Amino acid sequence: MEKESIIEAHDLTVSYDKKPVLWDVDFKLPAGLLTGVIGPNGAGKSTLLKTLMGILKPDSGYVKLFGNKLDEVRKKVSYVPQRESVDWDFPASALDVVLMGLYAQKGLFKRINKADREWAMYCLEQLGMQDYKNRQISQLSGGQQQRVFLARSLAQNASLYLMDEPFAGVDATTEKSIIDLLQKMKNDGKSIVVVHHDLQSVNEYFDWLLMVNTRLVASGPTSEVFTQELLEETYGGKLSILSQMAHILKNLEIGRKEHEKI
Amino acid sequence: MSILVILLAVVFLGIASGSIGTFTFLRKRALLGDAIAHAVLPGVALGFMVTGTKMPFFLILGACFTGSLSIYLMNTIVQKSKLKMDTAIAVVLSGFFGIGILLITYIQRNYGSEQTGLDKFFFGKAAAMLYSDFIWLFAICILVIVCIYAFYKEFLLISFDKNYAKSVGLNVRLYEFLLSFLTVLVIVTGIQIVGIILMAALLVTPASSARFWTNKLSNLIILSSVIASISGIAGSLLSYSISKMPTGPWIVIFLSLIAVASILFAPKRGVVARNLKSKRLKKKMFHDNILKTFYHLSEADGSFNTLRTSSELRNRRYFEEPKLSLALRDLMKLDLVHQSENKWGLSNEGWIKAKRIVKVHRLWEMYLTKHLRISSDHVHDDADTIEHFISPELEKELEKLLAYPDEDPHHTKIPYT
Repeated sequence: MEKESIIEAHDLTVSYDKKPVLWDVDFKLPAGLLTGVIGPNGAGKSTLLKTLMGILKPDSGYVKLFGNKLDEVRKKVSYVPQRESVDWDFPASALDVVLMGLYAQKGLFKRINKADREWAMYCLEQLGMQDYKNRQISQLSGGQQQRVFLARSLAQNASLYLMDEPFAGVDATTEKSIIDLLQKMKNDGKSIVVVHHDLQSVNEYFDWLLMVNTRLVASGPTSEVFTQELLEETYGGKLSILSQMAHILKNLEIGRKEHEKI
Repeated sequence: MSILVILLAVVFLGIASGSIGTFTFLRKRALLGDAIAHAVLPGVALGFMVTGTKMPFFLILGACFTGSLSIYLMNTIVQKSKLKMDTAIAVVLSGFFGIGILLITYIQRNYGSEQTGLDKFFFGKAAAMLYSDFIWLFAICILVIVCIYAFYKEFLLISFDKNYAKSVGLNVRLYEFLLSFLTVLVIVTGIQIVGIILMAALLVTPASSARFWTNKLSNLIILSSVIASISGIAGSLLSYSISKMPTGPWIVIFLSLIAVASILFAPKRGVVARNLKSKRLKKKMFHDNILKTFYHLSEADGSFNTLRTSSELRNRRYFEEPKLSLALRDLMKLDLVHQSENKWGLSNEGWIKAKRIVKVHRLWEMYLTKHLRISSDHVHDDADTIEHFISPELEKELEKLLAYPDEDPHHTKIPYT
């Protein structure tokens, strides 16, 4: 029997400033796996995650999570942005950032209470960051900032986690402890999708791979798709005709569909 | 108008602009605030021309209209053309302000400047405000304060991490619009007291000054409200006591004084505190180098009890005089060095420190040669700066990683205590 699909992407095409960065991405992801998204720089890995999360709107295609539209299952999904996407010189402590994970559940005028704080502390502990709870976030190292972001995501207590480069700028020991935590979460029945850069550890870390380079090169169990041939296709440069077409679309004076305005 | 009412008004305005300005500042929208302030001028003039009255409601309505229009235009220019935000701000700011001045001049020609009193909007004149102006000011300030209290979490989230805010399902556009709208309201209210030209200062200077003193958002909001209110009180008292003086410039002078004081004297972040810290570090490095030189001299001739003259030290390593003598005296006060006649020697504690510096220097050299594969004749200079900053924790890690090596890459002994 086929496992339930936790993510379904149907023919997603996504553009920045009219220039497509992802073409017709189509896949189904089984639940309960630790999935890696790999591909060269500028391949559209982050764009894929943002589109799955509804942060970017695709030109065409649609996404289903848990078989539903995103808005119906929002509480079961958590997103970890790239560490560099925010200004860390923001007046907040590590604990403040983790508490942001609870904001969506709290309504207007509702303040953070003691139980919320305890839960946030528990999440910080999961990442070994409890001693830094009151530290101003600009004073944390890159790896510590990354762990604060992960703790914030844990605080949402979701079923599906989408993480954009959680291992970037993290030392070897921290990476080990993070991957152990992700494995543990997987064993608890969570599904995790991770944008990853280090091909050395792919076999060891991931059950499933999405190989991306402006289009989806492969989606499948690591043992089947992590092959020399598919790697060469993924990292072998952009497809020339595809990039030329993207360039033409970018410079077009009209939208790419007949009824579309710019 | 009674001075008490004016003071109450500037306190309310201070709280509203200090707190909404905190978000303007954190979202790096300071220049946008300046542009909006300038863009409300044609709105004020239009409000007057269309209705023919100075009823605050119509002036505020006109100001809100052109203020919001300017935000829309700036965003549209950035989205639809290849121009960047700084250019869009400059174009819209000067364009709207130019139209505003034309309209005001037209009004003054046709209605008489004394009668309209619209010129108070340029530099602000609290004393010229009417009773109805105050009612509007209080209402708007209270609305702003209530909104910030109600949407604190949402405003915080979109200011820090917009993508994450979207990912948890927050209607980011709505809250961004709300923040902009509240900013326009505060600007429209504030220009009567501070004036169009200087309004951006009341919005952004309090938060940027307060940021030097606190790392907590709630405290930042409170402190910047306090700074704005105090400057408001001081400025309006002064302009009230000197007749015919506009309020705005005085308020901005006090704001700027607080900003300068914050930049200079704030603990940790302030310029003075940073300079002191860097001076302390330089002094420590100088001291380290003297202690180390004692060790090197003794290592060279094998005699650890001989006292050394300052020229011996200087022959071994370059030290400036009289800095060296002064530093030796400092080290004596710290009981690291003792003196007899013109010669100097290390105390027990001095030896411990000297050995540690030499040790971490040589450990670092070992680390560079072994783990970064840097050749041994290239590692000394790097170690010479790094040695001062290796923490005790890192020292232990280095020892463990390198398994307590006996010698450095140049085959000199590494001293362990």
